Amino acid sequence: MSQPFRTEKGGRINRTEQLTFTFDGEELQGHQGDTLASALLANGVHLVGRSFKYHRPRGIVTSGSEEPNALVGIYRHGDQTPNLRATQVELYQGLEAISQNRFPSLGFDVGAVNDLLSPLFPAGFYYKTFMWPKAFWDRVYEPVIRAAAGLGKPPKTPDQDTYGNIYAHCDVLIAGSGPAGLAAALAASETGAKVILCDEQSEFGGSLLSEVSASIDGKDPSEWIAETINKLEQMDNVTLLPRTTAFGYFAHNYLALAERVTEHLPNPDPKLPRERLWQVRAKEVVIASGAIERPMIFPENDRPGIMLAEAGRTYLNRYGVKVGHKVLVAAACDTAWQTAFDLADHGVEVAGIVDLRETPPENLMAIAKARGIRVEAGCMVTGTLGRKRVKAALLGRMMTSGNVASGGQISCDALLMSGGWTPTVSLYSQSRGKVVWDSDKGAYIPGASVQRERSAGASKGLYGLQEVLEDGYAAGEEAAKAAIGKSAKVSYATATGGEAGTGGTLGALPHDRNASRVKAFVDYQNDVTAKDVKLAVREGMQSIEHIKRYTTTGMATDQGRLSNMNALQIASDSLDRPVTDVGLTTFRLPYTPTTFGLFAGVARGDYFDPVRKTPSHDWVVENGGVFEDVGQWKRTWYFPKNGEDMHAAVARECKTVRESVGLFDASTLGKIEVVGPDAAEFLERLYTNPWKKLAPGRCRYGLLLNDAGFITDDGVIGRLAEDRFHVTTTTGGAPSVFATMEDYLQTEWPELDVWITSTTEQYAVAALQGPKARDVLAPFMEGVDLSADALPHMSVKEATFCGVPCRLFRISFTGELGFEINVSRRHGKMMWETLAKEIEKFGGTAYGTESMHVLRAEKGYIIVGQDTDGTVTPQDAGMSWAIGKKKADFVGKRGLDRPDLVADNRKQFVGLLTKDPKVKLEEGAQITTAENPAIGTPADGHVTSSYFSPALDRSIALAIVKNGHALEGKTLYVPMPDGSIPVEVTGPVFYDKEGARLNV
Amino acid sequence: MLLVYCPYCKVERAETEFSCRGEAHIARPSDPSQTSDEDWVHYLYMRSNTKGIYAERWRHIHGCGRFFNAVRDTVSDNFLKFYKAGEPMPDLEALAKEAGK
Ligand SMILES: [Zn+2]
Repeated sequence: MSQPFRTEKGGRINRTEQLTFTFDGEELQGHQGDTLASALLANGVHLVGRSFKYHRPRGIVTSGSEEPNALVGIYRHGDQTPNLRATQVELYQGLEAISQNRFPSLGFDVGAVNDLLSPLFPAGFYYKTFMWPKAFWDRVYEPVIRAAAGLGKPPKTPDQDTYGNIYAHCDVLIAGSGPAGLAAALAASETGAKVILCDEQSEFGGSLLSEVSASIDGKDPSEWIAETINKLEQMDNVTLLPRTTAFGYFAHNYLALAERVTEHLPNPDPKLPRERLWQVRAKEVVIASGAIERPMIFPENDRPGIMLAEAGRTYLNRYGVKVGHKVLVAAACDTAWQTAFDLADHGVEVAGIVDLRETPPENLMAIAKARGIRVEAGCMVTGTLGRKRVKAALLGRMMTSGNVASGGQISCDALLMSGGWTPTVSLYSQSRGKVVWDSDKGAYIPGASVQRERSAGASKGLYGLQEVLEDGYAAGEEAAKAAIGKSAKVSYATATGGEAGTGGTLGALPHDRNASRVKAFVDYQNDVTAKDVKLAVREGMQSIEHIKRYTTTGMATDQGRLSNMNALQIASDSLDRPVTDVGLTTFRLPYTPTTFGLFAGVARGDYFDPVRKTPSHDWVVENGGVFEDVGQWKRTWYFPKNGEDMHAAVARECKTVRESVGLFDASTLGKIEVVGPDAAEFLERLYTNPWKKLAPGRCRYGLLLNDAGFITDDGVIGRLAEDRFHVTTTTGGAPSVFATMEDYLQTEWPELDVWITSTTEQYAVAALQGPKARDVLAPFMEGVDLSADALPHMSVKEATFCGVPCRLFRISFTGELGFEINVSRRHGKMMWETLAKEIEKFGGTAYGTESMHVLRAEKGYIIVGQDTDGTVTPQDAGMSWAIGKKKADFVGKRGLDRPDLVADNRKQFVGLLTKDPKVKLEEGAQITTAENPAIGTPADGHVTSSYFSPALDRSIALAIVKNGHALEGKTLYVPMPDGSIPVEVTGPVFYDKEGARLNV
Repeated sequence: MLLVYCPYCKVERAETEFSCRGEAHIARPSDPSQTSDEDWVHYLYMRSNTKGIYAERWRHIHGCGRFFNAVRDTVSDNFLKFYKAGEPMPDLEALAKEAGK
């Protein structure tokens, strides 16, 4: 028989629309309007998963997002998304779902042996069992734990879906659309305030969706919801967001909402995203997140078929599903009785109501009696029977002695429990509010507001329908008034029925069973029992923060929304301290698990990070160049020819530069235009070198320190006119140098008349380096004499290249005759292609960053950030010559006089030559004085740059070494796993030490 | 994400337009050569790192580019005042009192 547990009528499902779906391959039927959970229950399926640690059979416990057990994988685009809550998955035609954490099948699971071995898995077992022997960790424990850990399996294919993002501003954001949220929306929207109402469920209405015994303004709750939503839909100032979870509450009323756009559809429009991230800035917020029911902590409270009472009522009234044919209700509060009554009204056999209280309210007793329901007061469940589904409950009776006596056994195929209600304070807690303990309600409720928000309804511990509605209207009015200063007259709806009940219990129930043998679960998802919490206390944990981490209670995906209060009470009892002294863990975002896709949005693949390309990019692609990423820049690494590997290509490129000419794209260098009457004074104060006497048309190497005295950047600076400088920076340092300049200009020296502009992207730069550079360049230049006398090394001239204006620098980062031609970015491609063609006549080559590094290392030129690490001074780097000795001040000057910076034993910049010229050191390798230093010996320095030098036909390296300058000629060692490498300390310049090649 | 007010642009914008540059009113000593090692190190490294009312520097880096100062309660993240660079430090205690701290 199809759907044997479906009621004959009632509920919000569309009975005329039958849907087929599969669960672990078995074909089943449901209806439009079902969740996967309700459809499974309609088919009598309670067993939906295996527990995390003990692999115990588990069933659906709740009907909402707090579901701890019914985590399933759902197939979509040929792969499965794991760990979705069956209680939130909306049913559609053809849905494919699988259970998790079982092998080989849900019914027979090998891992269930863990349940029998459970004495091996007490609280804190992670910390205890796997400590020794140490070597076992890598080889045995970790692989086993990793294989066993987690519930679902991650998808194997890249995410096929797209994700959207939208920013929104509103006057009032209302999170939750139960009676409080709907009333708040009615009140706030009436003022004209811009309102966003969101709810994690597919339909608005919250608890009203399963309410059939109350009425609002004389109407059925479902009718009142429909009218209310219809009214709100008509209003232009209201945005309604169903299937949208407010999962994060950040500073300054910034909230993040996750909208599930297409996941519930069998054939979604491929143009629509799977989910959409709403980033909302709300003037005021109303938190109407409701309350959830607490499980009761009794032995074997985790069998399939044992559920929360309100969930049973929701499945019945909202989804038309009977959770069993013979249902036992166990409670400590009034609300669960209504579930029993509703079930009885649908013809379900109620096996009994077991109430912990000696004297449940008389009116309830009377109704039960009228329906012929057996009531056991002063009783509790002390155990259950049935492996894959509960088949009976053991009863206990509280004696006046305080002991529990056996009260027999009641058979049932479902057990609904209620320990009372816990307000959902997650969002309030995320807003940084501090909850306060309300001893009357036995609950933590929101305290003072830290941000512009207020809680309404059950989320602050109000449960009667009438008071919840009133509170919702008032919250909406208050929020709108605070946001836009307006009030409007709305008539409050009046509710009949739905009164707040009494009663409730916290912590573990007493029982007459052997405490060491039975498991009463506190946190279902993490398999934490009452015994585990007590053990944690016995082992010295006193704060709930420690107990939580030791036992993992409350660390599951529901963040303890189901388990926290019971765990707190058990800890409180064990510690013999009031519950408020045990502390409360903090709720953090996300409220419910959120996909990575939602956070990534469109920032995936090519859109993950901007790509910055230089003008030579297309040419390089066509000519087979290999790129490397330098920050966001794509820079050419090397240009392999005729199947060369990198080593061969770099050797050829370097040789060609030294013998003939090379072309290099230097466009990524940072460029800053410094202009104004005080431009020279500004650079004088900022850089170590003197600038005022630099003649227009000349360049100087500039060294930039921070005020501590350490090198932060360098670059050549050319003076174009009295009041105009062209500053270059390192590729990576461009933004920070610019920010530093702005900082000093704006805040330290506002009196200076200087303007600075970042021009990095405005210029394309081609570097021609090598003895033939001048010959290559000459045919294209006008307005400049390229001769050594007219344009010596370190000079700059404005001229034209192929008729377009350019700034021509004669500078060198290779030690060869060199020019850097700056043209407007739009002419960069023309310049590159012109020069690339011309160098062919001279046997020249384009070269990349690797050769650039080798060539500069042969000359001992530092690269800031590679050869320096933020603790290197100019003296350390052997660059005292760059300091303007006569300058009264510059940034870093005072720092350089600090005792530690002038002390002996500083690490200094040197060259290293391995004794064996074929051995190339590893960059980053440590350097020691001893050949085979004892373990624990501090290093004397490290290798900063290391290459094979084609010019020297041997390896070379740069390093910073303690007292390095005094060690020239000495032998040091670079200890490596396969032996110590002896090296000789040298000066950092390996090639053309006198610089003759530069001045030609 | 914080909301920050730029006193130059006179607009409130999301934090992503700005960068925070640490404690405000740490002036570079006017004559570094006459500054003791201890005072120099204090200028370089020592910050109050206040839990509570704190004056800090911000820059409207993706807007006008200007540096300005803000008084923020580091516990609640609420801003109590924004003012231009060069303006004197406000009376933090008075601001705290006004904000009811
Ligand atoms: Zn601005």
